[in-house]
Amino acid sequence: MFSRTYKATVTLPPLLWVTAFLLAPYLLMFCYSFWSVSASQSIVHSWNLDNYAQLLRVEVYWQTLLRSMWIAARVTVFSLLLGYPLAYFLSFYAGKKKDLLYQLVIIPLWVSYLVRAYAWKTILGSDGVLNTLLQYVHLTKHPLEFLLYSPFAVVLTLTHIYTPFAFLPIYAALEHIPRNLVEASHDLGATPGQTFWKVIFPLSIPGVLAGATFAFVLSLGDFLAPLLLGGPSGIMISNIVVSLFGAAYNWPLGAAISLCMLVLVVSLLFFSERLEKKWSFS
Amino acid sequence: MSTSQTTAARDAVAGIRTRPLLRIRNVAKNFGKNKVLRNISLDVAEGEFLTILGESGSGKTTLLRIIAGFESASAGEVWMGDERLDRQPPYRRRVNTVFQHYALFPHLTVEQNVAYGLRVAKRPEAEISSRVAEALGKVKMSAHAKSKPSKISGGQQQRVALARALVNRPRLLLLDEPLSALDANLRRQMQVELKSLQREVGISFIFVTHDQEEAMVMSDRIALLRSGELEQVATPREIYSRPSTAYAAQFIGHTNLLKGEVREGISRCGPLAWQTSLPDGPVLLSLRPENVRLAAENTVLSNSVRVRGKVLHQAFHGATELIRVDCGAGLVLVVRTSGSNGALDTVDLEFSAADAVPVRESPERI
Amino acid sequence: MEFLVSDAKLVSGSRWLLLHAVAVFVFLYLPIAVLILYSFNAEGVGGFPPHHLTLDWYRTLFADGPIWDSVLNSLQVALAAMAISLTFGVPAALALERAQFPGKALFRRLVLLPLILPGIITGLSLLMLFNVTGTKLSLMTIVLGHGTALISVATTEVFAGLQKLDRAQEEASLDLGANYWQTFWRITVPNLKLPIIGAALLIFTLSMDEIAVSFFLIGRDNTLPLEIWGRLRRGITPEINAVSTIIFLFSLIAIVLWYRLRVRGEATSEAGMELVEAVEGNAS
Repeated sequence: MFSRTYKATVTLPPLLWVTAFLLAPYLLMFCYSFWSVSASQSIVHSWNLDNYAQLLRVEVYWQTLLRSMWIAARVTVFSLLLGYPLAYFLSFYAGKKKDLLYQLVIIPLWVSYLVRAYAWKTILGSDGVLNTLLQYVHLTKHPLEFLLYSPFAVVLTLTHIYTPFAFLPIYAALEHIPRNLVEASHDLGATPGQTFWKVIFPLSIPGVLAGATFAFVLSLGDFLAPLLLGGPSGIMISNIVVSLFGAAYNWPLGAAISLCMLVLVVSLLFFSERLEKKWSFS
Repeated sequence: MSTSQTTAARDAVAGIRTRPLLRIRNVAKNFGKNKVLRNISLDVAEGEFLTILGESGSGKTTLLRIIAGFESASAGEVWMGDERLDRQPPYRRRVNTVFQHYALFPHLTVEQNVAYGLRVAKRPEAEISSRVAEALGKVKMSAHAKSKPSKISGGQQQRVALARALVNRPRLLLLDEPLSALDANLRRQMQVELKSLQREVGISFIFVTHDQEEAMVMSDRIALLRSGELEQVATPREIYSRPSTAYAAQFIGHTNLLKGEVREGISRCGPLAWQTSLPDGPVLLSLRPENVRLAAENTVLSNSVRVRGKVLHQAFHGATELIRVDCGAGLVLVVRTSGSNGALDTVDLEFSAADAVPVRESPERI
Repeated sequence: MEFLVSDAKLVSGSRWLLLHAVAVFVFLYLPIAVLILYSFNAEGVGGFPPHHLTLDWYRTLFADGPIWDSVLNSLQVALAAMAISLTFGVPAALALERAQFPGKALFRRLVLLPLILPGIITGLSLLMLFNVTGTKLSLMTIVLGHGTALISVATTEVFAGLQKLDRAQEEASLDLGANYWQTFWRITVPNLKLPIIGAALLIFTLSMDEIAVSFFLIGRDNTLPLEIWGRLRRGITPEINAVSTIIFLFSLIAIVLWYRLRVRGEATSEAGMELVEAVEGNAS
């Protein structure tokens, strides 16, 4: 129905833009990762695998990556634990208030990341709201140090940020389950609890996978929360990259790490999608 | 119906008087201001095939859902045996449902779907396997045991839904318009199969449909529902030959609805007049088209009413023909005859006065 | 449809669910509530309980020149980013829905990737591009960054809208003698009004709040989030609470507006479904 001119007109401009501003930059990053930096702080375009060798050899990179993955894993688990029952409640028990409650959940999602991270910073500090509150009601005598500038703070803040992200696809998946399946399950003698585990949960798995992927990938690459709240023990892999592009001037190494992250993220997406297809039954 | 089926139907009807399986008492259901069901009382006998027949909006699905447990009645009670059924959640009732769109679990195979109720009840594995195999065999779906629902046709899904419900040996099976999504031929085939399955299994079926032909073919009794109230509850033959209201007469099969007046023992309707024992006053009569015959020239039946008219339209239906005849004075009669007439112009019609059955007007329901 | 176990009576399991839901809402909103409360606190961002409530910090905020400069910058960036994202995002959605071409799958993934990719990767890759091409970092580079990253938002919204569009309408238009260009403006775009406005609103809000990508592409002029960020390094005052509160209020209005637009005649879950599809579609 659509002429070739039409199709060409709608396809070419975005195609060109995306090639210029998405594809080319990734390819550039790829190239950079094989270059090195000279003593005089300029980029040397000699092709080598030194950066990758460094990544494999130097411990701090490995440790930080693992710590980042551990933080991301915890954020994912907590986001799912918070988000799933919420989605279930909204989808199956909220009745007429469902719409209003849904809006309430997505509002924090779009409120500035910075605002929310900052809020936690003011709450968790040793002079922060939480500590002074605890001392005020005499639950503690001294400020709790671990609350801020620790992995705990990072996990807490990122969970706060990404719980709505995890919620969205789970809620969408639950809404898609035909209600007559729930009735059929009851009709055949299953209690609501049994119905949940045998019918509702299996059918919601693609949503869970999507939510988990969101939460994990975005937490893994986060650098703002660690900078604000992580302290020395809460450094994540992206912070290393940031410093390599800043004070520790080594763009090629930074590019190498970024590329690894990109590959990791894309692989995760790929596997997640495979799993989702396997678990989708409509 | 064959003799044995007639007997079974009669027994079913009689069974109600002895020990009904299900007793529905004064059940009403409101959705907000909308009175979907008003004051329904109905008994269902053991082993009976009862159809709840009605148009969309009549409340038939709501009634079924109340029996199944997915809605609760605004008033009234439902009893099964000596227990209050409506106090129990759906998963404790010995009632199973075949849903309109089958509601098969898409993530389970056919076999697993059928086994679901047994698994939930924690029956031993060996028992589950044998009962599932038996159920699948009864609905002729054994070959598809390991398939997923998305891979089988609508008719096949329907059989699986049936097996899944029956395998639990419920005391009562509810079927919510299960055949409405099937095409005409498959539908007729399934009607026959369902009926014989019910006879074989021997449990009570409550079947909901809007298709009056389907209801007549399959049921031991029909409960005609209109705007949330029961219009008439009777066997198919009775409802057909002795409809109690104009609505019943018109909803089931075709009829001629004659408005007339009785004065001093003579019933007058348009150009027609005949003797009657009905009391004086306005009267509404139902006359089935097959009871009106094209009169032969020289035959006169006793107590027959004759009239001459002009043919307006002939509709050929293969085995029969429906002929619309203008009999003058505003009376148009529809006649059903065999299909072997040629084109007709002016005809003589006759019918027996006893075939004009008086019916009530159905009250308006707000 | 209400989940019926017994009419309107909560089963014990669902009481726990309700509790959990309330707890999660508290978790989500408490920090923001604290933030707003302390924007009125004379004594600083911490400490409990807040003592003197005052509007001083708001007064300081309104007199703060650099903040307003950065707000102006952010507005310019957001509007420009909106223009870019829509200009390229709408055709992209049309291309994905209607055209077949080699590399379509890759194109689709690329377009949707910035939605789920951590901002640092998007930002750094663009930084390298600007470095190699010798482009100086400025508000312009931020505009390019936002515009590129947010094309995905425009594309997903418009794509969903296209799927609901009745093809027959466009066919009728062509049948009646309008050419493709006319049909596009007279039929297609009006039907896509809601998704486009919704996308514009969302892009604007996201651009105003954006910090991860902007972090690497910033030149001399700050956007609002980066201005705040800079101040956080120097020392925290409730003035930051004040500006955060205002940001929160605007975001609130924007998102409720966006939601109302999206939901007109549509199921709630569609809004979330697009996000799912973006990820799934991204990986497929």
